[in-house]
Amino acid sequence: MRRDRVIVLSIQFALLATLFGGWYLATHRGVRALLLPPPELVWREMQSLWVSGRLWAAAAVTLTTIAQAYVLAAVAGIAVGFLVTRSRALMNIFEPVLTGIFAVPLTLFFPLFVVFFGIGPESKIAYGATQSFFPIALNTIAGFSSVDELYLRAARAMGASSVSQFRYIYLPAALPVTVTGLRIGFFICIAAVLGGETLAAVSGVGKSIALSAELMETARLYAWIVYVVSVSVTLNLLVLAAESRRERE
Amino acid sequence: MTATQVRLTRLALIVLLLLLWELDARFVSTSSLIAGPSDVALAWWPKVMGDPGVRHAVLVTLIELVIAFVLSVVFGMLIGILVGLSNIGRRSLYPIVLLLYGIPQAILLPLFVLIFGIGPAVKIAFGFSHGIFPVIVNTIAGMRNVSPLLMNSFAAMGATRMQQVRHVIFPHMVTTVFAGLRLAMTLTLLGVVLAEIFVSQGGIGFYTLAYSESFNPSALMALVLTLALMAIALNELVRLIEARFSRWKE
Repeated sequence: MRRDRVIVLSIQFALLATLFGGWYLATHRGVRALLLPPPELVWREMQSLWVSGRLWAAAAVTLTTIAQAYVLAAVAGIAVGFLVTRSRALMNIFEPVLTGIFAVPLTLFFPLFVVFFGIGPESKIAYGATQSFFPIALNTIAGFSSVDELYLRAARAMGASSVSQFRYIYLPAALPVTVTGLRIGFFICIAAVLGGETLAAVSGVGKSIALSAELMETARLYAWIVYVVSVSVTLNLLVLAAESRRERE
Repeated sequence: MTATQVRLTRLALIVLLLLLWELDARFVSTSSLIAGPSDVALAWWPKVMGDPGVRHAVLVTLIELVIAFVLSVVFGMLIGILVGLSNIGRRSLYPIVLLLYGIPQAILLPLFVLIFGIGPAVKIAFGFSHGIFPVIVNTIAGMRNVSPLLMNSFAAMGATRMQQVRHVIFPHMVTTVFAGLRLAMTLTLLGVVLAEIFVSQGGIGFYTLAYSESFNPSALMALVLTLALMAIALNELVRLIEARFSRWKE
C-alpha cells in the first residue's frame, strides 16, 4: 500500500514536471512568445499584478459578484426546493419543469441578461444566480423528498411537533443532498460569473483576462490564468479532501 | 392526483406563465426590452429563421457542435480507458483529470482565440475542451462498475485484455458513460456557444450581438429559443442511442 502511494505520487510529479519542462523548453526553442510566453515572464507579470493592486481590484469585483449571485441562488433555491416538497402534487408538477430547464444550456440566454441588466455587475449577478439556482433547488427537492415516511409516522405517533419533526427528521435526511447541491451550485456560480465577465463586462477578473488578450499582452493573460487556475485547484482540492474524509467516516 | 391531472396542471402552469408574460409585455411594462411570446413567435419567421444568413449560422454552429462532440467522445473514451485500465493509472491521473475539469474554462477562451483564430477552429476546440472531461470522468467511473468477479472468471477462461474490454467492460459501462455523454453534449454546446458569443464574427454570435445591440429582444429571444430547442433535440438523440445500447440488459 505504502509503495503504491509512492508510485502514484511520482507519476503525478513526473507529469507536472514534463508539462512545466515542456513549457520552458518550447519557449526557449523558438515557440513565439505571443502564443506561449516563457515561464519567467509570466512569473514577472504575476508579481506585477500582485504588487500594483490590479489583481485585488479585479478580484474584489468578481468575488462580490460571485457572493451576491450565490447568496441569491442559495436562498431562492433552498426556499423553492423546500416549498415544492411540501406536497406530492406540487412536486410532480414542478420537479420535471425545473429538470427540463436545467437541461437547457442557459449560456444561450446570456445576451438577454446583458440586454435586461446592462453591462455592469448586475447582469453577471443575475446570470450566475440563475445558473446556480437549478442544481441547488433540484438537490433540495431530492433531499427533502428522500425522507422516510416511516420515521415521520413514528414521530407523529409519538406527538412530535412540526418544528421538532423538521429538526430531527427532515433536516438530517435532507442536509447531505442539499449540501451537495450547494457545492455544485457554488462551482457553477464561479464559472458563470467568470464566463459572463469574459464575454461582456466593464471590470472584474474575466474582463481583465479578455482585455489582456485583446491587447496581445500574452504574458499578463497567462498570469491571470495561473491565478484563477490556482484558486480553482485549491478550492477543488479542499472539496476532494472533505469528501474523502466523509467517505472514510 | 392522477398522472393526467399532473400533466394538465403542468401544462396549465406553463400556459399561465406565457399569458402573464404576454400581458406584462403588452400592458404593464413600459420598457422596450420586454417582448411578449407573440412578438417572439412573429419574429421567428420570417425575420430570424427566414433570414438565410441566420439559417446558415445555425447550421454552421450545429456542424461545429457535432465535430466537437465526436472528438470529445472519441478522445475522452480513449483517455478514460487508458487511465482506468490499471489501478495505479487511475489513482495517479484521475485526481488530475478532476482538478482540470474543475477549472472554470471560460477564462481560457481569450487564449483559445489567440491560438486558434476567430474561425470555426476555435469553436470546435473550445467545445472539445468542455466536452472531453465528462466523457473521461464517466468512462473511468464506468470501468469501476465492472465486478472483479466477472473479470476474473472471464480471465480464467482465457480471455485476452482486448476481449475483456470488448465483452465485459464495454457493456457494463453503458449507463455511466451515457450519463457522461449527455453532460458532454450540454457542455460542448456551452463551449461552442461561449466561443460564438465571444468571437461574434459571423455565426450565431454575430446575430445575438447584432440583435442585442439594436435592442431587438424579440428576434434575440427567437434565435436563443431555436438554439435551446436544438439542444433539447440533441439531448434526446443521445438518450435514444443510449436506449439502443442498453437493450442487452432487458
